[in-house]
Amino acid sequence: MDAVLLLEQLLNSLQFGLMLFLLAAGLTLVFGIMNLINLAHGSLYMVGAYLVATLANASGSFWLGLAGGIAATIVVGIVLEMTLIRRLYQRDHLTQVLATFALLLMANDGVRMIWGSQPINTPAPGGLAGPVELLPGLSYPAYRLFIIAAGLLVAVMLYLLITRTRIGMQVRAGASNREMARAMGANVRWLFTGLFAFGAALCALAGGLLGPLLAVQVGMGESILILAFVVIVIGGIGSVRGALVGALLVGLVDTGGRTVVPWLFGALMGPAAASTVGPSVASILIYVLMAAVLFFKPQGLFPAHG
Amino acid sequence: MAETGNAQPAYRHPRSLLEHSLQPFVALPLLALLVTLPWITHALDADFYTSVASRMLILALAATSLNFILGFGGMVSFGHAAFVGVGGYTVGILMMNGLVSGWIAWPAAFVVAGLFALMIGLVSLRTRGVYFIMITLAFAQMLFYLMVSLQQYGGEDGLPLASRSRLGLGLDLARDTQFYYVVLVICTLLFIAFTRVLNSRFGHVLQAIRENETRMMALGFRVYHYKLLAFTLAGAVAGLAGALLANQSSFVSPALLNWTESGVMLVMVILGGVGHVYGGFAGAVAYLLIEEISSGRTMYWHFWLGAILLAVVLLAPNGLLSLLRRKERP
Repeated sequence: MDAVLLLEQLLNSLQFGLMLFLLAAGLTLVFGIMNLINLAHGSLYMVGAYLVATLANASGSFWLGLAGGIAATIVVGIVLEMTLIRRLYQRDHLTQVLATFALLLMANDGVRMIWGSQPINTPAPGGLAGPVELLPGLSYPAYRLFIIAAGLLVAVMLYLLITRTRIGMQVRAGASNREMARAMGANVRWLFTGLFAFGAALCALAGGLLGPLLAVQVGMGESILILAFVVIVIGGIGSVRGALVGALLVGLVDTGGRTVVPWLFGALMGPAAASTVGPSVASILIYVLMAAVLFFKPQGLFPAHG
Repeated sequence: MAETGNAQPAYRHPRSLLEHSLQPFVALPLLALLVTLPWITHALDADFYTSVASRMLILALAATSLNFILGFGGMVSFGHAAFVGVGGYTVGILMMNGLVSGWIAWPAAFVVAGLFALMIGLVSLRTRGVYFIMITLAFAQMLFYLMVSLQQYGGEDGLPLASRSRLGLGLDLARDTQFYYVVLVICTLLFIAFTRVLNSRFGHVLQAIRENETRMMALGFRVYHYKLLAFTLAGAVAGLAGALLANQSSFVSPALLNWTESGVMLVMVILGGVGHVYGGFAGAVAYLLIEEISSGRTMYWHFWLGAILLAVVLLAPNGLLSLLRRKERP
């Protein structure tokens, strides 16, 4: 395994981790502040990806599609929060699981009704189609580099938003002690709707950006939703910093497992067996990581409460 | 199962919160209906529904085992489908190696799933609340991906069973009606056992732990041990349900262990009524009825299932059976 391949895999894991972060950031805020287990978060990601793909195909421009798709998903998020999600904040976690699981089922079939069962492709933006030579011998797709840059940008903006603004202060207060924040005059109702819509926007951004790389299809939200939950539990519920660290860790373990494990197993079991076992072992490693973190730090790496 | 009232401890109130009766006025007609069901479906020329009813009973058993730890032990396990899958795979793998006897394979499924539950519980029960939900999910997903990676047992495609298990005694489980009665006997016995356990000292301690763990700890109960035993028992029963389910569909696949299946089982229990003796049963039957009725009519039956679940959340917050319970407990 040479250095170029290693570097390439590191970039892949960074890209995956950052996209995971976009999902996990919204999830951890909604969970930490509204105390809501939202199983439908992955559905917002799916709906966002579909909206971006459709608008991009219709307008012929990826950028118009991305902007329009995000805006439309924000609207979906606001409507959802004001009609249904709002009623769930005071309910217990079990009820929330039931209700958002119901939403997930409805979203999957709703998308199937509108767009059909066939996966749809998003056109990649024209200017970013080719590869870029980063180092002699290492060329990397420009579009993936762009995703990494976008993910880093969002992470920095989120950091500034949360640590340097008044809204961010209220969000942190809410994550640390909800009742106290309410008593101190944070406009909780508005804040909750805004946060939920913000989470939806991040979902649509992730879904839209990943659209050209993977098939946009029904069920795409489920597997990534569970990974996002793993991320926020590793990071500590309610902590955006924890979500970032957790997402990068999970990205590293996942991509690393997919490349290093087959490479290790290849010698022992032959390449065919290694290529089928690799991805599963990588997935198992993620959950081993999570169980280990919870065993030693039951509140996650960066507990927000307290 | 009427409460006879002999040798009861003095502290017990007639309708103590910790006592759970199968309520003979519900249980007996229900049992009569279940016993006569194959005749009814035969008379209606709908023999297919006997097989559907087997499936309902099996999932009712699995959901009840989840309700045991969820509703009576306060443990929200988001990985219960893993034990069902382990039980199913135990039967499948034994059969692949030529062992078809249900007398060996089914208890084996019970024991193997119980051992898995014991090991998972050992670690998971050290965490609380949301973290418990997530760590049980994590272990279930590990088992899911383990089964996906085991190519010799079919990997992602799953493992077809050559036949149904053999029980001897002149029984032919390949016939749906006979299989149904075997399932009915097992489920009835376990259901009675379930209420016996709830009303035993162990069951009372478990429910008291659900109400106030700290207090029980202060009273000197080994909370962790009680919870671990309950978790193991529930996993073992789920494993037996998995063994029956594998027989019913003659097929096991990693999809049995996927987190969405654990979600469906939670939904069944919540739908029926968390902490209600019949909660798991009612939830599983209601869920599968909705599935059976709507999947025949529309391709998009998940949509309507979701809509019905949402309606239940908004209109009957504590599950369908809470609508009845209100009268019973003022």
